Amino acid sequence: MNDTVAPERLKIPAAIDRLDTVLDFVRTCAGRAGFSPRRITDLALAVEEAVGNICRYAYPGRSGKIDIVCGNDSGGAFSIEIADGGVPFDLLSVGKPVFEASLSRRKSGGLGIYLIRHMVDEVRYRREGQRNVITLVMCDRAERKGRSPDSHSEPGGKHPCDAHNPSGAGL
Amino acid sequence: MDTEKVGGVRIVRLQGRLGEVSAPQFEERMKEFIAQGENRFVVHMEELEYISSAGLRSILSTAKDLKELKGSLYLSGLTGAVKEVFDISHFSDIFKIYGSVSEALEAIGDNE
Repeated sequence: MNDTVAPERLKIPAAIDRLDTVLDFVRTCAGRAGFSPRRITDLALAVEEAVGNICRYAYPGRSGKIDIVCGNDSGGAFSIEIADGGVPFDLLSVGKPVFEASLSRRKSGGLGIYLIRHMVDEVRYRREGQRNVITLVMCDRAERKGRSPDSHSEPGGKHPCDAHNPSGAGL
Repeated sequence: MDTEKVGGVRIVRLQGRLGEVSAPQFEERMKEFIAQGENRFVVHMEELEYISSAGLRSILSTAKDLKELKGSLYLSGLTGAVKEVFDISHFSDIFKIYGSVSEALEAIGDNE
């Protein structure tokens, strides 16, 4: 079975008031690729977090663009690439949040990136010329298999979707 | 978001997403209620598709404001992606969470 999707692209200003346009684009693309409503919710949340970060931090004091490509990664898995031309920022360098059990001591830093890593099957980052490029990879179309945000594969390791397709069947 | 007052408790029902756009609006609305002297809330999330980190921050900030005022924030109706986000962020450990609005109201009543 070949589930590859024709790549689609959206380039818009990096502004929170354009978030709905981004989410509509991503939901439509994932829906066409056969993802369940729940998986589309997972993806929408991850994209909202990534786009929110770019809108807040990528272009301090100036305007800029977000370039989103919905398609397949080199291994053929469904992927969303989110690129910006802002200040270099590797979201994978952000540590796991500290989960204080008391309300008054509880902080909320680092939660967004933690949620991104939980909701999709793999998160990649690369600096490409003057651009930050985040790739969100989604394997299971029906429901996410149990996995913690800490279990992301190392670069050069097996493709994240291999574990989801042990028979070696097409993605 | 819809709200109503039952007894002395403000019930806030959220819909759609609590994220980048709606979380600041939610937090602002809660601050207005608190400024009017309200300090007991049930936030019902059954019709929420997801909550983002911005949504979690708005809930945390509201809860901290209320704690200082000896008020209370109870949550109800967490399902699907909303429940999962509360669980993995360990927000489930620091909030009082109930299945329904009526269970939350009962618990508030018991605590008085």
